[in-house]
Amino acid sequence: MEILFFLIPLAVILTSAAVWAFFWSVNNGQYDDLDSPAHSILYDDDDDLIPNEAKQGKK
Amino acid sequence: MPTPNDARCFHCGQDVPTGTHFTANIHGKEQPMCCPGCKAVAETIVASGLVHYYKHRQSDTTLPPELSGEHLPTSVQDELLLYNNSSIQKDFVSEVEPGQREAVLVIEGITCAACVWLLEHHIVKQKGVIQASVNLTNHRARIRWHEDEIQLSDIMSAIYRIGYQGHPYHPDKEEQLLEAEKKRAIRRLGIAGLGMMQSMMLAMALYAGALQGIEPVYEAFIRWVSLIIATPVVFYAARPFFVAAFRDLKTRHLSMDVPVSIAIGGAYLASLAATVLHTGDVYYDSVTMFTFFLLIGRYLEMQARHRTGRAGNALLNLLPASATRLINGNETLVPATELSVDDTVLVKPGHIIPADGIICAGNSSVDESALTGEYRPISKHIDDAVVGGTINVENPIHVRLSSVGTDTKLSAIVRLLDRAQQEKPTAAKIADKVASYFVAAVLITASVVSFAWWQIAPDNAFWITLSVLVVTCPCALSLATPTALTAATGTLRQHGLLITRGHVLESLSTATHIVFDKTGTLTQGNLSLSATVPFLQHTAEEALAIAAALEAHSEHPIAKAFHRFGTQAADEIRATLGQGISGLLEQQEYRLGKPGFASALCNQEISYEHAPDQDGQWLLLCNENAPVAWFCLRDQVRPDVPLALKHLKRLGLTISMLTGDSSSAVSTVAEELAITDVISNASPQDKLAHIQQLQSRGAQVIMVGDGINDIPVLAGAQTSIAMGSATDLAKTNADAVLIGSEVACLVDAIILARKTQRIIRQNLGWAICYNLLALPLAALGFVAPYMAAIGMSTSSLVVVGNALRLTRLSQRKPPNTGKKSR
Repeated sequence: MEILFFLIPLAVILTSAAVWAFFWSVNNGQYDDLDSPAHSILYDDDDDLIPNEAKQGKK
Repeated sequence: MPTPNDARCFHCGQDVPTGTHFTANIHGKEQPMCCPGCKAVAETIVASGLVHYYKHRQSDTTLPPELSGEHLPTSVQDELLLYNNSSIQKDFVSEVEPGQREAVLVIEGITCAACVWLLEHHIVKQKGVIQASVNLTNHRARIRWHEDEIQLSDIMSAIYRIGYQGHPYHPDKEEQLLEAEKKRAIRRLGIAGLGMMQSMMLAMALYAGALQGIEPVYEAFIRWVSLIIATPVVFYAARPFFVAAFRDLKTRHLSMDVPVSIAIGGAYLASLAATVLHTGDVYYDSVTMFTFFLLIGRYLEMQARHRTGRAGNALLNLLPASATRLINGNETLVPATELSVDDTVLVKPGHIIPADGIICAGNSSVDESALTGEYRPISKHIDDAVVGGTINVENPIHVRLSSVGTDTKLSAIVRLLDRAQQEKPTAAKIADKVASYFVAAVLITASVVSFAWWQIAPDNAFWITLSVLVVTCPCALSLATPTALTAATGTLRQHGLLITRGHVLESLSTATHIVFDKTGTLTQGNLSLSATVPFLQHTAEEALAIAAALEAHSEHPIAKAFHRFGTQAADEIRATLGQGISGLLEQQEYRLGKPGFASALCNQEISYEHAPDQDGQWLLLCNENAPVAWFCLRDQVRPDVPLALKHLKRLGLTISMLTGDSSSAVSTVAEELAITDVISNASPQDKLAHIQQLQSRGAQVIMVGDGINDIPVLAGAQTSIAMGSATDLAKTNADAVLIGSEVACLVDAIILARKTQRIIRQNLGWAICYNLLALPLAALGFVAPYMAAIGMSTSSLVVVGNALRLTRLSQRKPPNTGKKSR
């Protein structure tokens, strides 16, 4: 089980990398607006990209 | 084909007035529109290919646009052009790269995520705009553009054209602090969350080892690693608890932070000792999990608090950004901030007066509704004083300024308000009361237990005392209130009531009296046409079209009532102060106004006695030969009010009406709504005195109002609620805002507030039961660290789950207001 002496510190290092990434994203404003991105993904404004045949199949 | 009576405007959801036929082509179908303003906005949206907006938006009501017609009025355009001035831009525009500029604007009129979508897409479509992102939470737009391809004023007028308004965003100190606080809270939450997951994983190994046996070398190693992980959680994430507990102890006041700090600090120090000395138990998992749960509660509480963070822009919106200064007869447009005392400014009709002053040339009437709530303009002559923030209605006037900036009357009202708020009776919070008893009980028990074990078995005393502290840690107790409040606040926000102060849900549930202001609260607060009585040879529609043409360019409240009936304007329009308006239409002269003034044109003597009835305000329209029609204008009762009042009465509330109005309209409204307790002709002081008298008899008062004259009484009531259409100052100082100005939301709010109180009591009861059960076990030394951790998280989850019932229940029960015609 000596592998634990390698794996657990590795987990700690990975966690600190995650903490660094998290801090970076908070300071970068990624958490400023938590409401609108959840909705914006649902707005299909790509009608012109859908081929006509596919459109008719939809309805 | 006449428009059916129940048709609603496709754009803003308001009723389409009878006799109008505005339509716009949307999705290949002609949809009804209530006014030329909505029509122009809808057509702009369709023309920019953003028609999906109508599919995406969640409610079918948006605020109707302030401006009518496709072209912006020159007054607005002049003001927008001012924003291109680099001395004004230096406050809110930054140059990110050579030739590229970035600005932050506050956008008014955003109601849902679809608005954000529409704004972002519309702004980016403007040539020269590189990037636009709109924040739904704080309504700020960050826009970046090429300086040499587009001007800021063009971007701002593009925003106007789709029915929103942009103002430059000047962050004040307080707002910057709030922003920093929020970011810090998220970082703390992240640290605690990651730390909790890691130490929980390691704790699993330790628990397994405790059951099956583990080599001491691994046990020691895992404990040391857990220590490394828990340290930042305790010293960074849990810091606010220690700081607050220290502050409370200094002021000799027991709050929830004290046992929280003792539990976190004690468990951490004990585990540290156990790790170093190779004895006893470690509680790193409990420490981190405890911190994480508590931080979630705090974060939710903070978010609810921050929703009010828009206060910073309240005054800014009321005062104009630009003013026309007169120097030796030359007009120059200057920013309002550069004005000083004794300057003379020109105020055109429809413009806001930039600061307090005295009229030195011209006669006009001034709309002081922002200050008094009275929507009818007051006539002003030379040497009369005018107040900054009010609107000049009829004629251009020259004003010599007597005070500017913080010396103005408006600023004085704000200071007065601070005082009224300090005198407000505070609603006691159950959670705080419970907390202080609880803290005392825990501390006493812990010392008794430790003393007892010291006598029996000194070796175990420390560990058992510690497990008492960890088991009784008030995690569930401190989550009990914030989770319930957050869930209820969120639900109410979806139903149209924005709660901005923490005590509202508690004081709503205990309220016994509800007091309404009349103008603008029970009624719509502006004149609207209630009847058209044409004379024989004309139809109502013809008459309305003529009236609309005469009033097309006027900003007078009477004129606004006609704006929605037509877009064409008459020629040679002349307004006679206090009498009416005249103009030429198809070679025929018309007059609209007081009966005496209008009938003089056709040489007849018609007075108010000839009007169809004596209620409301009647106007006469005449041409050169004969009278054409009577129009009746009234401030009408909001459509949802009668039903809402009935529900409120059924909930056991006493309803009263307070108003500064003294006209016959008061008794008409009171009769229509069956309100018996009416006080009319009341000054702001009278209103406050009336409420204080009610309070001295033990009443819990909810005050609903909208004007600046209501602010002292709003501040004096236990709960103050402002209408969504209220002045900004009233809104930012009220405890809650009815977003859609629907009084019926109050009924839901009171029902939900009562339910919230029940849930909070259940939660507190459960948390205390759990602690009473666990305490004897811990005191007898039966609780191992993992049992403490499991018990703690289960009790917290029960509390959170119970609070979530507040969102589910009210979704099942449809609100009384939601019956939109669909």
